[in-house]
Order: sequence, then C-alpha cells, then structure tokens
Amino acid sequence: MKTVKLEINGREVEVDEGTTVLEAAEKLEIKIPTLCAHKALTPYGACRLCLVEVALKGRVPSVQTSCTYPALDGLKVTTDTERIINARKIMIELMLAKCPDSKVIKELAAEFGVPGGRLKEKKEDCILCGLCTRMCAERMGRSAIGFTGRGLNKKVSSPFGKPNEVCQTCGACDFICPTEKLIFEDVTAYKPEPILDEFNIGLNKRPAVYTLYPQAVPNVATIDEKLCVHMLSGDCGVCKEVCEADAINYDQKEEKIDINAGAVILANGIGVFDANEKAEYGFDRYDNVVTNIQFERFLSSSGPTQGEVVRPSDGKHPEKIAFIQCIGSRDPSCGNEFCSSTCCMASIKEAVIAREHDARIKPTIFYIDIRTFGKDFERYYEDAKNVHGVNFERCMISKIYEKPKSKNVMVKYVDPSGQQKEAEFDMVVLAVGMTDTSKSGELVSKIDIETNEYGFAKVGNRSPGCTTAAGVFVAGTFAEPKDIPETVAEGSSSAALASALLSDSRGSLVVKKEYPPERDISAEEVRIGVFICRCGRNIASVVDVPRVVEFSAKLPGVVFASEFLYSCSKDSLDMIKQYIAEHDLNRVVVASCTPRTHEALFRDTVREAGLNRFLFEMTSLREQVSWVHRDDPVRATEKANELVAMMVAKTRLVNPLKREFSDTVQKAMVLGGGASGMRAALSVAEQGYEVYLVEKEASLGGHLKDLYYNLEDSDTASFLATLIEKVSADDKIHVMMSSKLKETSGFVGNYKSIIGSAGEEKKIEHGVIIVATGAKSYEPEDNEFGYGSSDSVMTQVDLEGRMVKKPEDFSKPQTYVMIQCVGSRDEKRPYCSRICCAHAIKNALKLKAFNEGNEVIVLYRDIRTYGFMEKYYLEAREKGVIFSCYDKEKKPEVRADSGGMMIRHMDRILGKEVMFAPDKLVLSAGISPGDNDELTKILKVPLNQDGFFLDAHAKIRPLDFTADGIFFCGLAHSPRSLTESLMQAQGASIRGVTVLSKEKIEAKAITACVNERVCTGCGLCVTVCPYDAREIDEETRVAQVIDVMCQGCGACAVACPSGATSHKGFTKKEILLMTDVAVGNKKDKG
Amino acid sequence: MSQFEPNIIAFVCNWCTYAAADLAGTSRIQYPPNVKIIRLMCSGSVDPIFVMKPLLEGADGVLIGGCHPGDCHYTSGNYKARRRIVILKTILENMGFESDRVWLRWISASEGKAFAGIVTDMVDNIKKLGPNPMKEKWDL
Repeated sequence: MKTVKLEINGREVEVDEGTTVLEAAEKLEIKIPTLCAHKALTPYGACRLCLVEVALKGRVPSVQTSCTYPALDGLKVTTDTERIINARKIMIELMLAKCPDSKVIKELAAEFGVPGGRLKEKKEDCILCGLCTRMCAERMGRSAIGFTGRGLNKKVSSPFGKPNEVCQTCGACDFICPTEKLIFEDVTAYKPEPILDEFNIGLNKRPAVYTLYPQAVPNVATIDEKLCVHMLSGDCGVCKEVCEADAINYDQKEEKIDINAGAVILANGIGVFDANEKAEYGFDRYDNVVTNIQFERFLSSSGPTQGEVVRPSDGKHPEKIAFIQCIGSRDPSCGNEFCSSTCCMASIKEAVIAREHDARIKPTIFYIDIRTFGKDFERYYEDAKNVHGVNFERCMISKIYEKPKSKNVMVKYVDPSGQQKEAEFDMVVLAVGMTDTSKSGELVSKIDIETNEYGFAKVGNRSPGCTTAAGVFVAGTFAEPKDIPETVAEGSSSAALASALLSDSRGSLVVKKEYPPERDISAEEVRIGVFICRCGRNIASVVDVPRVVEFSAKLPGVVFASEFLYSCSKDSLDMIKQYIAEHDLNRVVVASCTPRTHEALFRDTVREAGLNRFLFEMTSLREQVSWVHRDDPVRATEKANELVAMMVAKTRLVNPLKREFSDTVQKAMVLGGGASGMRAALSVAEQGYEVYLVEKEASLGGHLKDLYYNLEDSDTASFLATLIEKVSADDKIHVMMSSKLKETSGFVGNYKSIIGSAGEEKKIEHGVIIVATGAKSYEPEDNEFGYGSSDSVMTQVDLEGRMVKKPEDFSKPQTYVMIQCVGSRDEKRPYCSRICCAHAIKNALKLKAFNEGNEVIVLYRDIRTYGFMEKYYLEAREKGVIFSCYDKEKKPEVRADSGGMMIRHMDRILGKEVMFAPDKLVLSAGISPGDNDELTKILKVPLNQDGFFLDAHAKIRPLDFTADGIFFCGLAHSPRSLTESLMQAQGASIRGVTVLSKEKIEAKAITACVNERVCTGCGLCVTVCPYDAREIDEETRVAQVIDVMCQGCGACAVACPSGATSHKGFTKKEILLMTDVAVGNKKDKG
Repeated sequence: MSQFEPNIIAFVCNWCTYAAADLAGTSRIQYPPNVKIIRLMCSGSVDPIFVMKPLLEGADGVLIGGCHPGDCHYTSGNYKARRRIVILKTILENMGFESDRVWLRWISASEGKAFAGIVTDMVDNIKKLGPNPMKEKWDL
C-alpha cells in the first residue's frame, strides 16, 4: 500500500494512505481529545474536539477536525497552538452548557480549565456525537436508532419515537455513550435483560466479553458465545478491531482431547440448593432475602460491592441481619435428609466478618443444632457468641414476610419454650446447603459409577475415595458434603489411591527440558540489557516509553536498552536471547507487567540464552504505574524511570544463584500402629516405598480394638484383622512393635532416627515422617455424672463392648439414659469430640434392635450427625429414642449408688426440670489428646491449644506440619471417625510420597547464606527461624543454613547482629542501593 | 514553588501486599504516584536499616505492607515486623522524626482497594507533615 509522510508538531511520521490525521497522531502518541471518534466506526466529525491546524505546502494553516482529515504527503499538522486550544475550550464550554452533569465533559472542562457558567445550562444528556447511531447501524446492522429533527430539535430516537422491534437488545448504544445517556430502554420493543455475573451469583452485571473474576487463572478474557452479537449474527466484531494484541479469535471451537489415563479422580464438586424450591422463605419475592453464597460475595473485597455490606433493595447498610440455617438440608420434604456439614460454620464466619466490616451489624443465627464439629470450630463458635456479639436462636421458623414500604423482612418463629415470636430484620441470609448433584448426572452415566440415595458418588464403606468403578476415585463434596480441610485431605487421599495404582509408570510422562551450559560471568564486567514493554497500549498510553528507554540506556551498567510491543510474545523472547548474545549481556531487566505472572517466563528465557536464572530482574510499569496513574502521564513516566533505575541498581549487584541438591532416603517412618498408622504405612508401600511402622504397644490396632461395629453396621473387627494381615504381609513394611521414637535428626529427605525397643536401640534412616500417634478416650473423672460409683454408669465404649461380649444381658427391656458432651465442649476441653453423637445413636439403635422395649433417652446439647449420618438420627427418633436438650450451664445432675440412680435434668424445650431413674447411665465421653509432649520435643513440631498437633494451615495444608517432610493424620490431628482417619492417612501418605518420589531434594534458590568469617555463633538466627533451617555447627561454632529446609523468608538475615547472614536475592546491599536510588542519592546514582 | 510531593518507599511482602498492588492495577484503582515499591519476600525481612537509611537521606515516608495477623506465609514474619516497627518508631521519635512517617499495614492479596486507599491516605498524611526535616537540616 502507498504510504504518505507528514509532520505533526514537528515530528515526522509515515502512515498508509487513507489514514486520518488523528490516527497518524496516535502513532506518534500525541494525544488529541475526542468524544465522537471510535476505532471501529467511520469518522463523523461531530464533537469538534479533535481540531488541529493543518497546512499544505505554502498555504495558510486552517483548522480542521483531525478525525476526518486525511493524512497527506507533506502535510504539516500542529495540535497545540493557542488557536487550537481556544477552539477546543469553546467546544467544551458549549458541551458543558448542554450537558452540565456529564462526568466525561466535567473532567474535560477541568483538564482544559473551562470554568463554565457563561452560557445558560440546558441540563440535557446528549451531545449528538452519533456514536450510538453509528454503532447500531454500522456494527450491529440494525439502524434501530437514528437522528430525528433538525437544528435545535435534533435528537437520537427510534423511528417515530415508538418502541422498535428491530432492536436486538444488545445495549451497545448505552455502552458507547460518552455522556452515559440511557437510550436503550426508551427505544426497544423488548424487555432488556442484563447478563448477570455468575461469579457474584447474579448480584451485578457483566459484559459478553469478560474475565471470570479478578484472580482467575489464567487471567484472560473470554467471549460468552451464547450472548456475543458476533457469534449470534456475525455483526459487531468491535473487540477484534480494538484488541491491539490481536488476541481475538472467533473461530475457536470446543475441542475434544483424548487422554490416555490409568485412573480418574472425580473432584467435580456439587451445587448448592436452589432457594426457590423453598418458596416460603421468599428468596424470589423479597429483595432483601439473599443466599449465604450471595452474602459471601458482599463480604468479599473482590465482590460486587468491594466488601461493603449492603442490602439489595436500596443499597443501604443493613444493621439487623438474620441467618436461617438448614435451607434444603436436613429436610426430607425436599429429598435432602442429610446435613450439609458446612453451613453452620459458614454462617458464623459470615456473621463475624460482617461485624468486622461494619460494627453496627447485629447478626442473629436461627438454627436447629449448631454443628461446629471441625478442628478449632467450637472455639470459633464460642467466640462468635461471647466476643463478637453474634446472637444465636434455636428455633423453627414459621413465617417470613416483607414489609412493603421499608422492604424489611419479618421473621416469625417459635422459640424453644414454644412461644411465638416475631422480629424485624433489614436483611435475611438463607444458609442453603450443598445438595445439588444434578450437574454430575452426565459424568456419572459416562463413567458408570453408582450413586447413593441422594445422588452423590457411592463410596465403599471403610474405603474412602473408592467409587464402585475400579480405578475411579472421588474427592471432595461429590462424595459427601464437607468442609475445606476435609476436601483437601480427601484430594490427597484419592491422589494416593491413584498413585498406588499407577506407581509402576510414575514419571514416565515427564519431559525434561534441556538448557545450554551456564556462562561463567564471574570475571565479566557488568553488562545489563534493559527492555521496556509497551504492553500494547496498556503501558505506552500513559508512560512515555521511548523516554524511559532513553533514560535507561544512560544508567550505569546498562549497555543496551530497547522496547517491545509485547515483551512476552514469542518473537520478543527470541529477540531478548539474540540481544544477550549480540551485546554480551550478563544481566537483564524487563520493565513490564508483574513478576507474579511473568518472572518465570523471562527467567527461563535468560537461562535458554546461557545465563543463570537469577541474573534477571523485573519491575512493574503496568500494575504499579500505567494502570494506576492514568491521569498523570508526566509523573507516571517519572515514576517509571525511577523504578527502572532502582531495579537496574539492584541488578548491578546480583550474582548467579545455585540450587542445592541432596539425596533422598526413599523410605518413610510412620509413628503409631493404629488404624491411621497402618493405613498410612500400607498406602506408602502400595505406592512403592519402604516404611518403618513404629508402634509403642505389643500389638497393632489402637482404638479400633475396642470398637466392634459402626453406624453402617459393618464388621469393624474383621476390617481390623484384614488391615493387620495386609500390613504384616507386606514386605515393604517393617513393623517395629513395642518400640518408641527416642531421637530424630536431619531434615526432609534425610532423617536419622533412633528407635528404642526393650532396652535396645535401633538406628533407621528415612526421608519423611508420618505422625499417626492417635489420642486417648476421655476417662470421666471420679464421680463425674456418677462415673465409678456404680456398675450401671459406663461410657459408650464400655456399652459397646458389653453388648458384643454379653448380649444376653440386654434381652430384658431396660431404661438407658445417655449424656452427651462428657469431657467435650466445656471449660477444660473446649473442643467438640465430633464422634460421640454418632456413637450414642449407633448404640441407641443397637439397644432398640436388641429389644424394642428398651427405653433410650439421649440428653444432648447439639446433635452433630453431620453429612449422611443424619439419617441415623432420624431413624433413632422414628424408633422411639428420646432426645432432650440441656444447656451447658445446667448440666444434668446424677445421684448414683448401689441402690439406684436418679438424674435431674433441666429440659430446655419444656423449660422444666425432669427426673429420670434409669437402669443404666451411658456417658458419651469424648476424646483427649495423646501424651504428645515428648514427641513435640523430638520432632520440634507444635501443638494447638487443645493439645492436638497443629497443621501448617488449617484449611489448605491440613496434613502438613510447617516443617517440610513431616506429616500427620488420624486422631493425632483432631477427633474424627474411623473413615475420616483412614482418609487422612491415605492423604498423609502421598504428602510423604511427593518427597520420596524424588531421588534428590532440590532446595529453594532464594535462601539465607552465612559469611562464616563474620559469624560469632550467637544463635539468634536459630531462634527466629520458623523452619529449623538454622543451626550452630558444634565444632566450628558458626551458624549454618540447612538449604533444603530454608524457605527463604529472610527473618534470620534481619536478626543477625553481625551481618554474617544474608538473604540471597534480597541482600542488604541490594536493597539499600535501591533505596538510595529511590531517594535520589546522587552519589549512588552515577 | 510547586506543591510538595512526598517521596515514599514501600517495602511489601511478596505474598500479600505485592499481590494487592497488582490487584489495584488490574482493577484500575487510581492512587497518587508517590510510592515506589520494593518487593521483599516477607515483612519480617524488613531490616530496620531499610527504613532508617532512606529516612536519614531524605525519603518522606516508608510504608511496610505485610500479611494480616495469622496469615503470614512464613508463619510469624509479620509479628516480627510488628515488634520491630514499634521499637523503630520510638527510636525515630527520639531522633526528632514524626513516627507517622513510617506506616506498617496489613494488606492481603485480595485487598487491592485497601492498598490504593492506604497509599492515598499516606500521601495525604505526609503532605500535611511536610517534607522530611532532614532535607533542610542536611541540605539534601
């Protein structure tokens, strides 16, 4: 194509023939204001803001609109003469008088210093720029709107001002309007329907081209093909024209990919209950009734209100908020008799966080039972009640209705004493459960697995994660509703099952990338290459990129500086490699987007060019400059210069970093031979690695030896026998009976332990440790609820044993009272023991099965039969087991002696005292932590406040200790059922195998290091290190860094008083040089 | 004389505040360009000298951004930072600095808006405090 050369503000530019002056100026990054020009539309020249002076050879300059004037050969253009600025000011003043409320025009007026007020204000909202009419006609092919009238009467309208059936309700007219006039609803014959943002559960709108949510991975835009005008009609296509990266591809199609897999893990999750199914709660009718998921979005800082709690009807801050529990859960009327397990905790959390956001909020939670059975959950519940002022009401909701004027919601309920009450709330949150399995139907039919009566994947009893199809495993809520720590553990558990199945082919798909040898730069002088990224227009539209390049080139150490349109594109990366070779660069700085997304890519590029990865540094000109300082290009450019100068200064000092490797001892040590320990050992062995299983007693089995059956009525004794048999028969498992861990030294991948057994000591070497040391049954104190005073008072475990060993004792009908929460949820042990409710119900059902005449009364505080166990609670009630509620403050009083027994119980529902004289009293004694003190000292791992081991992260690392290479599971973690313990055990096994499967352990490159000549051996670094990665060498008395343990936090480098320790990649010298440049300290700048 | 524009240095944790600054960017939340960010791995690795030296050499403020209590990527680095900054502030006051030139804030990775808000507040605040007194004293 023919090109033309013209001059704009004295700068020459060459453009294709047919280009407008405005486009030519844009190429030079000369900003010309405009309101009516759009890349995707034909020029129109309506707003007259883009006026410039143009002069052809030898002619007097004339004022023209640059958006319509063609770029001609030899044309001289000036955009900033006084004449032009004045002309633009008049245009702005006229527009300001016409549309004084328009945000865009007010901003322009401020920018040009137009005060306004000279002309009479018209209070209109349209400047007749014609963007909407051109958009509708040219891009949407509709012409549903156009200009009508002439002169003063000219306006945008549909033909004859009537609702127009030609309109396709795309909304482009409203979207493109610079003055935010709402055209669309006036002209269309149809009811416009906004596209609701699914991620925010429909609380806000989204366009048809959108990113899923701010933290989405990968964080790229997608086109909603069902709603995109181009996809539907072939029109529009505006996005393709405006995207400078040319990233829009309308032809992308769904692809079918064949994967040859040996195992499948279903982690497809579950949907929440549709609140509309329970119409009585008014979700579809009342504006201020929302679901808990929606409320969660209101609380989120990336939600529709950026974390501001508002109510939908009027955007006001609500004060009184009601949470209603069990919507669609524990409700046989909608087919969901099971408990969703998580909603109690979720509501408590939402109530507490809402109050953190706005202390005026007064939350009330209406519930049936509060089920905070997870690790540390009970404490959170108590704090919500006592510290955070959350009100809890145990009740049944009888009616919800809206007050028409205020849109407040009235909640009618029956309180525990049977009284009808009514309360007014600004907002109601429905705690919908995890119940919807409908979306997994297709998957289920394709993979051919069986589902249970509720539509969840059917999982074998005592084999968590195993579906009915071989090689198909399930993890997470598709197996049963569960909280995050449980789903994460189950994820690991199912991975372990798959890993066992596929252990022979481990690593066979790994492709190792080959790199050229690293160049030795130690003798070279510093030669830095700086690359400034334009990121299309993202950076370049605000930051003056050529100026930054020019500035960078002069910085000390820099031998080459250049810019890229997109630094991350394949050809740019190739250019970087080429420049490294051409200019002998030995350090590289890229100033572009954020290192959080692109650092790894660039590091890999310099490595491909033969440089060490850490000879690369990156600074952000997009997230930290252009995107956040849009309105001040001059200062933005200054800041860009400074950021680049700071990073170049640091880069002058950086040196290659090496990653240290150490050999892995590919064996595990499992502590504890109970169900968890055995399962963990077996699981490690199944995955192909040797295990030492250390058990302190003379036999395997732990607590399982005292249990005989479970709710599902499987035979636990034979399960235990099989487990022991498998463990004993497996030649990869070395069982060490009557043994105790005496000492452990070393680090991840390389531990040495001393095991003591009958006076003898044995040394073993192993790469990981799995702690499965269990816990203890709580032994009620003397005379606690009459315990110990008579043979008729026993624990649930005692009862279970008696029923199995002496069934004849139970043939005669008798009265049994069971007391829940013995040794749990009190001042001494403020946690819930999780299993006792199910244990009581299991035994109550067994008693009923022995003899229907057996009377069983369960005195409880909250029944916590979470998940699918709820059905047994229902069954027990149907079979006549009586459940009666007591308060923590008014515990039942027991008087027992050889003559008989009398129980005084304050029934919360009757509000009256009730006396029982049962034949037997059964105490649901909880779980106490094991004697963990010694082990915490040997392994240097922490305990939580209740005496159980403490996880690295309560939610996302539930099976790990903070120290690498040590994992835990079962009752040592927290109270839990047998199946849950087995699941954790399998999970812990693969956490260990992730270490064992690597022949060498690779340390992080960014770690601490020690200058041994300066170290005085004071040991402060050892004290501050949270990872036990620092130690004092016994012989030399100087501090060491155990590279594989060091996580690179840098805490020790700060603590070191002699400056012997430094933080690689962030040395004091490097950081202080950066600050020197930042404060403009001249002596260090040059 | 043009308006005083404070020169502020921010030491931010790689895991939380740096990500929050990124989120402020992706959300296009505008804030004044007075703050220059230096990324560290953890607020617990902010050496007191990182704060003192720039202040003595003329920086008008130092912002330290770390993870909320209990959220530290390295378990306890933010607590270390908190203790250190408390002591540092007393030292600064004894030296004749307004301790309000040093801000320690907890900003999680999802709090882009909070990050921009804190930077804006800090710039306003330091504008009120005026330029670093050292500048005049030592003729920097």
